[in-house]
Amino acid sequence: MGRRKRPEGSVKLSGLALHLLLAVGGFLMVAPFLWMMLTSFKSLPQILSNPLGLLPNPWNFGNYADAWNAAPFGLAYWNSIYICVLTVAGTIVTASMAAYAFARIEFRGSKFLFVLFLATQMVPQQVTIVPLYMIFSKLGWVDTHLALIIPAVLCNPFAVFLVRQFIRSLPVELEEAARLDGAGRWRILFSIVMPNIKPGLAALSIVVALGAWNNFFLPLIVLNSENQFTVPLLLSQFTGQYGGINYSVIMAASAISIVPMLIAFLIGNRRILNSMAMSGMGGS
Amino acid sequence: MTAVLAKTRTPDAPAVERGEASWRKRDRWWGLVFVSPQLIGMCGFVLLPFAVGLVLAFAQWDGLTQLTWVGFANFQAELADPVFLRSIVNTLVLALITVPVGLALSLLIAVALDKLRGRTGYLLLYFAPVMTSSIAISLVWQQILRADGPLNQAFSKVFGIPGPDWLGDPHFVLAAVSIVTIWSSLGLNVIIFLAGLQGINPHVLEAARVDGAGAFRTMMAIRLPLLSPVVFFSTVVAVISSFQTFDVVFVLTKNGGPDNSARTIVYQIYDEGFRHFQFGMASAASIILLVLTLVVTAVQLGLQRRFVHYES
Repeated sequence: MGRRKRPEGSVKLSGLALHLLLAVGGFLMVAPFLWMMLTSFKSLPQILSNPLGLLPNPWNFGNYADAWNAAPFGLAYWNSIYICVLTVAGTIVTASMAAYAFARIEFRGSKFLFVLFLATQMVPQQVTIVPLYMIFSKLGWVDTHLALIIPAVLCNPFAVFLVRQFIRSLPVELEEAARLDGAGRWRILFSIVMPNIKPGLAALSIVVALGAWNNFFLPLIVLNSENQFTVPLLLSQFTGQYGGINYSVIMAASAISIVPMLIAFLIGNRRILNSMAMSGMGGS
Repeated sequence: MTAVLAKTRTPDAPAVERGEASWRKRDRWWGLVFVSPQLIGMCGFVLLPFAVGLVLAFAQWDGLTQLTWVGFANFQAELADPVFLRSIVNTLVLALITVPVGLALSLLIAVALDKLRGRTGYLLLYFAPVMTSSIAISLVWQQILRADGPLNQAFSKVFGIPGPDWLGDPHFVLAAVSIVTIWSSLGLNVIIFLAGLQGINPHVLEAARVDGAGAFRTMMAIRLPLLSPVVFFSTVVAVISSFQTFDVVFVLTKNGGPDNSARTIVYQIYDEGFRHFQFGMASAASIILLVLTLVVTAVQLGLQRRFVHYES
């Protein structure tokens, strides 16, 4: 592709302008995180006297200890992690099953059911939340993690759509070959189809994990005991306990909640960005 | 190769056809089996609660005492309640601010990124807020937005006048919520728009370049129209999402802000249902939210015909 000839100056200028714009924007995006980290190492008097001041002086690591001791973070982390893992694993299995059925199997009522799935996507959580609470109450799931995991695993139309798209992009010959070798639908799905959509499933896992980790509304409604709390929920209770007094400790608590996610993000960023793009465009 | 094999008439043909019939029969069964987990979930956790929610809106119940039927009284009470009406206004204002501003900024950034190589670094920066929990983000912003906080410090250094009391002044709380909302969702839309821009057929762009179109002309006449389906999709999603604003308000304000100036519909539902245990009222409010969402979405779908270009 030939480059159109342009005067040297103007090429450099437009590139520079772009970078400037992006850099300023980018800085605004991470500035709150930077401020959070810096503040978490400051002591309270310093914050009040000079909030915009950059460096902590002296560096106060005690805030993190205070934060960790003030609330059961370790327990909350464990809760959040295992809820995430179970939700992702369960969703992958159930969504792939349903997606495969819609993508490849002709069965009575499949069209109707698919449209029904589409429709339920549109029901906002707020309309179902009160009756859901009643259902959980009857099932004895209130204040347990079952209420968080089971509905997430058994009801994710978005995941079904996404996996369906992935499956449809596979050549049918793959399955036909397996079928001629005597494999039944179960074998075909789990031994042939799913291994071949691994990148897609990985993308889905990330989206589901993110949703499960950051979920706030449902845990807020359903969980009562502090030792059942997930990380976001625990963090939200934090302000109440401290009554907004020791800001640096609150920042330390926020940092404890955010930093692991950010580190995971830095490590797996390419995959995460790809999967978010895919899911944003998915379903079309 | 194997597909051909299945269709070829071989001495085995009748057996293959019999196999075909039984395969189809088993397929009907397998289809239902595979769909059943998600189907059960959908029925139990969406359809059933939805139906119950619809019914509950016409009743009065606190979870403990007797349930009584009140007909449309809940709806009448809600629509006459100035706090609820305020929450509708707040929700609409939030949508009107955050959606256009947020999407415009995202588009700007996406266009800039589209023209660059080596953009992963920037994407990391822009996406970090999207990844982090809304609660943690709101806690941090709550500190930043304090009247004596860093934002106002910077503000007064640059402009010479003191910044507003973002979280204490009823006139500014919605602005504060908007800032946090836009900030935290910018990156997501950047990525979506970027994917859309990169999906534009390079031949079209090449043809425009050959015809002598400059950068601006290309943008307005080619890129944006071709991107409009994506922009439309993002707009619909963004509006629906902004109608559900809750987390940010929950953290940034106590009880919906001074004078209920940041109380959103969902906050109202939460408050009525799970702080005051008025399950009937909360259900009615959620139905009103649903209707509002449907109406607004329908309007947008109608506007689609005028503003969105689909390639034939």
